[in-house]
Amino acid sequence: MTITDEPQAGNETPGYKWVGTRPIRPDGLDKVTGKARFGADLVLPNMIEGAFLRSPHAHARIVSIDTSAAETMPGVQAVITGADFPSPDDMAPGDAFQAMKIMARDKVLFEGHPVAAVAATSRAEAMAAAKAIVVEYEVLPHVGTVGEAMADDAPLLHDTLITSGIDPAPDTPSNIAARNLLERGDLDAGFAAADVIVERTFTNKPVHQGYIEPHAAVADASQNGRANLWCSSQGHFDMRSMTAKVLSCPPSMINVTPAEIGGGFGGKTTIYLEPVAILLSRKANRPVRMVMDRDEVFKATGPTSGAEVRVKMGVTNDGTITAADVWMALEAGAFPGSPMGPATMTALACYDIANFRVEGFDVVCNKPKVAAYRAPGAPISAWGVESVVDELASEIGMDPIELRLKNPAVEGVQAPYGPAFPRIGFVETLEAIRDSDHYRSPVAPGHGRGVACGFWFNIGGNSVATVNVHEDGNVSVITGSPDIGGSRSSMALFVAEELGIDVDRINPQIVDTDTIGHTDVTGGSRVTLSAGKVVVEASRKVKADLCRRAAKAWDCDIDEVEWVQGQAQHISGTESPLSLAAIAKNAGRTGGPISFTHAENVRGAGAGFTTQVVDVEVDEELGHTTIVRYTTAQDAGKAIHPSYVEGQMQGGVVQGIGWALNEEYIHRADGTLDNPSFLDYRIPVASDLPMIETIVVEVPNPAHPYGVRGVGEAGIVPPMAAIGNAIERSTGCRMADLPMSPVRMLEAINERNAAAD
Amino acid sequence: MVTVKFSATLKATTGTDEIEVDAPSVRRLVRLLDERWPGIGEQLTAGMAVAINGEIIPDAMFEELPDGAEVHFLPAIAGG
Repeated sequence: MTITDEPQAGNETPGYKWVGTRPIRPDGLDKVTGKARFGADLVLPNMIEGAFLRSPHAHARIVSIDTSAAETMPGVQAVITGADFPSPDDMAPGDAFQAMKIMARDKVLFEGHPVAAVAATSRAEAMAAAKAIVVEYEVLPHVGTVGEAMADDAPLLHDTLITSGIDPAPDTPSNIAARNLLERGDLDAGFAAADVIVERTFTNKPVHQGYIEPHAAVADASQNGRANLWCSSQGHFDMRSMTAKVLSCPPSMINVTPAEIGGGFGGKTTIYLEPVAILLSRKANRPVRMVMDRDEVFKATGPTSGAEVRVKMGVTNDGTITAADVWMALEAGAFPGSPMGPATMTALACYDIANFRVEGFDVVCNKPKVAAYRAPGAPISAWGVESVVDELASEIGMDPIELRLKNPAVEGVQAPYGPAFPRIGFVETLEAIRDSDHYRSPVAPGHGRGVACGFWFNIGGNSVATVNVHEDGNVSVITGSPDIGGSRSSMALFVAEELGIDVDRINPQIVDTDTIGHTDVTGGSRVTLSAGKVVVEASRKVKADLCRRAAKAWDCDIDEVEWVQGQAQHISGTESPLSLAAIAKNAGRTGGPISFTHAENVRGAGAGFTTQVVDVEVDEELGHTTIVRYTTAQDAGKAIHPSYVEGQMQGGVVQGIGWALNEEYIHRADGTLDNPSFLDYRIPVASDLPMIETIVVEVPNPAHPYGVRGVGEAGIVPPMAAIGNAIERSTGCRMADLPMSPVRMLEAINERNAAAD
Repeated sequence: MVTVKFSATLKATTGTDEIEVDAPSVRRLVRLLDERWPGIGEQLTAGMAVAINGEIIPDAMFEELPDGAEVHFLPAIAGG
């Protein structure tokens, strides 16, 4: 179902022939038949295998490392430790932290922190040699949560970490890396004006992105200092620049070829294996492949932050939210850089609130460094804020959607993080859910229904596209954006629409860093907007050139030529139209190959909003929550390939359901992880879920030629609160800690029953 | 002239919510602000984006500022 604010004529895609259709993805056949090559699939002649030795401790000083036994073991070709890498002391602070994440130096800061790496002729030999490395540790006290890490007497991870965002800056180090504060109006007056005030504290544990494909990389370093790297990532240009910084070499000395990617969700926007594989390859003078197993993925790659969020909000009896005070602290893991910034900026972005204060802290602790995860930070703050908004609605006896419709962010409202919103579609998503079959249907006896909303900025950024017309009139569109969610199809649809040819005639390709200009990561919901924009512009250059060539053939002025439905036409009708194939066939005689590139740092990202409703049933004997029905409405701006838009919306919701009900890192008292496998870290599977119903709202982004906003991230923001709200309305239990697992549900139900007795 | 609106974090340094500055570019604006509040230039450039008339621009140092523009400095946004 699609809702737009423009008239429709019974067509899913008014005004377009190809944009808005649902062709089969061009990479689909290779993927379902196993032909597509993912990160671990590459095999090079003479290639050897790498393996890590990782820290068994959450926090320890490295007293000594003895690699002598490992170096003489069968098959071993190279052994490296932190001493083989350029010193972090010579790097900018952020780069130094990245370098220390890749390979520990004086201290290990989380279980799984790499301490050494080995390359050998087989993986078994490499792993055996890694085990033979002798490391003497002095175990240090660790901090596992923001509460522990922020305590006055907390053991420090970094002796030089001074909190930023405070003026004057503290004169002593702490585990608090940064603070952000957003404030407007008069908080005391706002709460004084409220008839009802709700104040609660919420927590969540780290959760992993849960991509199916573990990290993998193959490196082949040459004696001349250059290196070729193949890896699965969300952005091979960023992999290159980060790797080059860790190795202190020019980025242009590394060529990165993108492998197919088996899921990322933000977690593959950073490096883990790449510099290590190159260094091992340099030392062994052979290609080296490194592939993580699932245990390593859980222990040593970034989940998103565990956090504590305190929310206090006030509302009048007529439904005006008068004040909001939000405090949050997010775990960064072992190095600074939690998504605290966007968590604070998104916390109240759905609403127009006159008086608010949002304060956030980025806190290091002895866990793996967090990585981006779909709308980084936004789900964490929304879990608290959207739960309290629901409780405010209950307290004043107002429908939760009506309360939100009384306080919505709309065009012209100043966002909590500063600028005024341009045209946005938040209200349209609220109305879409309010008017949906789901929301209008009665709640079944014993079930509960919850609503929550979410916001994500969406971003633009650097993209490059080349459109090549082949001699047979078929077209290649070449970009540097790894395809995670179906972007090959979207790029092909843009070209088809612009050139007026069948989408099957277009071959979308994603190429290596030496072949196309710098392209930012596939993340931030930016590719359809940004890569799409440069594809459209390159296609328009091609179209203009085709008209010029037709004018040359017809010996007429270019103004007398127009491009209509895939062919050049003379406006007088006196010439036979020239098809793309006909012009391409004679390209050599009309100016040479037809190939145009467009490069741009694309602006004009359009903010995305979503509203979701869920019905749940809680088994009060087992504590198990069943998702009975789930509907999500999201403003896509324009759905270029509606199936992939719906897929992004559904994927975000499903990951949110896992975050809400089951997923969590469980740590032992010594700071080591107790559930580093998919057996014990339970993500939702198909049998856990109903069909996630989607309503694609289309309020076009005026800054994009096709109105695109971006859809990859907002969908994961509301589910935790929506499900928590539904559980409360079903059981009377207001849940405050994620996940709302059977164990926690039973505790809450027992507390409720005890209070009633 | 452009109007610069400071977040609460930056207000701790500037002591004011907003200021009018005659600056033709972000680079010039940052330099002028740093002259007035020494050290703020680093805060405004390290991991920060700039919103000019509502549009958030990640790498804005060389952006021109139209007369009458409203400028906000905010944490840079990445994504997942």
